[in-house]
Amino acid sequence: MSMQQQVLPLPGMVAPDTGHYRGDHLLVAEMVERGSKVLDVGCGEGDLLQLLETRGIDGRGIELSREGVNRCVAKGLAVVQGDADTDLINYPDDAFDYVILSQTLQATRQPRVVLENLLRIGRRAIVSFPNFGFWKMRIQLLVGGHMPRTENLPATWYDTPNIHFCTIKDFVQLCDEINVKMERAVALDMYGRPLRVNLPWWFWNMFGEQGVFLLSRAEKGK
Amino acid sequence: MVNLQSIPSPPVHTEERAHEADHPTSLLASFGADQPLKLDCGIDLSPFQIAYQTYGELNADRSNAILVCHALTGDQHVANAHPMTGKAGWWETMVGPGRPLDTDKYFIICSNVIGGCMGSTGPASTNPATGKVWGLDFPIITLPDMVRAQTMLIDRLGIDTLFCVVGGSMGGMQALQWTAAYPKRVFSTLAIACSTRHSAQNIAFHELGRQAVMADPEWHHGRYFEQGTHPHRGLGVARMAAHITYLSDAALHRKFGRRMQDRDLPTFSFDADFQVESYLRYQGSSFVERFDANSYLYLTRAMDYFDIAADHDGVLARAFRGIQTRFCVVSFTSDWLFPTAESRALVHALNASSARVSFAEIETDRGHDAFLLDVPEFFDISRAFLESAGKARGLT
Repeated sequence: MSMQQQVLPLPGMVAPDTGHYRGDHLLVAEMVERGSKVLDVGCGEGDLLQLLETRGIDGRGIELSREGVNRCVAKGLAVVQGDADTDLINYPDDAFDYVILSQTLQATRQPRVVLENLLRIGRRAIVSFPNFGFWKMRIQLLVGGHMPRTENLPATWYDTPNIHFCTIKDFVQLCDEINVKMERAVALDMYGRPLRVNLPWWFWNMFGEQGVFLLSRAEKGK
Repeated sequence: MVNLQSIPSPPVHTEERAHEADHPTSLLASFGADQPLKLDCGIDLSPFQIAYQTYGELNADRSNAILVCHALTGDQHVANAHPMTGKAGWWETMVGPGRPLDTDKYFIICSNVIGGCMGSTGPASTNPATGKVWGLDFPIITLPDMVRAQTMLIDRLGIDTLFCVVGGSMGGMQALQWTAAYPKRVFSTLAIACSTRHSAQNIAFHELGRQAVMADPEWHHGRYFEQGTHPHRGLGVARMAAHITYLSDAALHRKFGRRMQDRDLPTFSFDADFQVESYLRYQGSSFVERFDANSYLYLTRAMDYFDIAADHDGVLARAFRGIQTRFCVVSFTSDWLFPTAESRALVHALNASSARVSFAEIETDRGHDAFLLDVPEFFDISRAFLESAGKARGLT
């Protein structure tokens, strides 16, 4: 596992109680350069897109649920109804500076294909997902003997849209396999605060409730 | 004996209709021999005129103009009483002070399409070369021809770039044609319940309507005006068939079910026993009062020919390559005339061009006609899209 070498510290760590924006959204927004063009895949009701707009970023969105899309469009956002699994193929190569997949990877049918598409469409990708290796998850399975449910993931196993859970460790392995370079990696604790960067990876995988990764294409031959 | 019934004969408004076609109760832009309209069929139409209405004020920068494109049987009377029927404008829910197309903020223009019968040159107009009504001597027109004529009107009004081109159904097709053909003149596009091409099923319905008109002996090969008559039965049947396609099974069931019209028992005749029959007959007969049969033939034909991709080697995305226009595409779940899949194909092509596009599918059981009805979610989306585009355009 080479994650520690690949991880770069994030400048300007974000306080968890900044305004009304979600911690992971603020973190993602910090990773995006001003003036860039961004596609938010699975943009929900457009909270992140609105945050990006306040920072002069040209944001577009795709959202699966009709209600979510219509709320976004009613906020004046450029959002289309679509499915990460089937509709990313319609976007040309290098169409965006960043493609963001926020808390959606685990709900896709083919996370690997989706990830590959993100880095085809965008020069960089920002992916955040709930860490199934989080200690609360482990305890529920180990001690409780049932599928874990948390405040952020309250659905029962039979009605959850999340069909491909992974741990931070699993995700890092996938990135290695498909030749993706991790430019930054941050784990957020259960309060949405970033964990200290000098902690060992197993600690992140245990105490990070979610992982946020800034990815780019590794140079060919590497 | 079986009681035979058909569409009731409306009072014949032949003279009133003919007058409106040449001397409309509207603003009029006339284009003389020096400004012919170059039609796709190769003919130069000249002279010709465009009848139009405007609402609101053009600002000093001339940057707040919205062109509303009307649908197949619509006209320029968007937000004022119709001069022939006296009914309210066809989009008063959408256009007016405080409405999504806010006449306090925007300068709204709507023109009757070329080929129409409400004052823009069409088959019901008088051919200046003969002094007689054009009828079937009128050249075949296309959607791009309609839009080309509109560009000449917009030039005449001294407007370089439209803030938005808006339309539903055939109006949406015109909005898309505007944007594909004149991308630099369109800041934003609101395309509702439409498509970039007319489907085989839609062509089939149009053919049904045209055959109904032409099968009416009163049609007289398109010279009915010389007989002082109008093929109201044929046109009425065409309208009835078309009207079914504008609704949905669920909407018809909710509105009428199998309920009887002013009776409890069937009459064992072909009288309009069912409410739905009575409603359709009413739709047919009220339509023929205001619409010209030949115009219906020409406009349906123009829609049939419409296919933006065909003009770009069959690849829709090429029509919108590098486009800067902001798009909002809206479809309705129960619209089976222009189903959501058609809008989605457009959105995919726009995505492939990295265009800035919003796309909302609105849930309703009211079918294609939903865009003309009171659908609050649709209004909210239209309003927000225009406000967001307005900010980008520097309108406050």
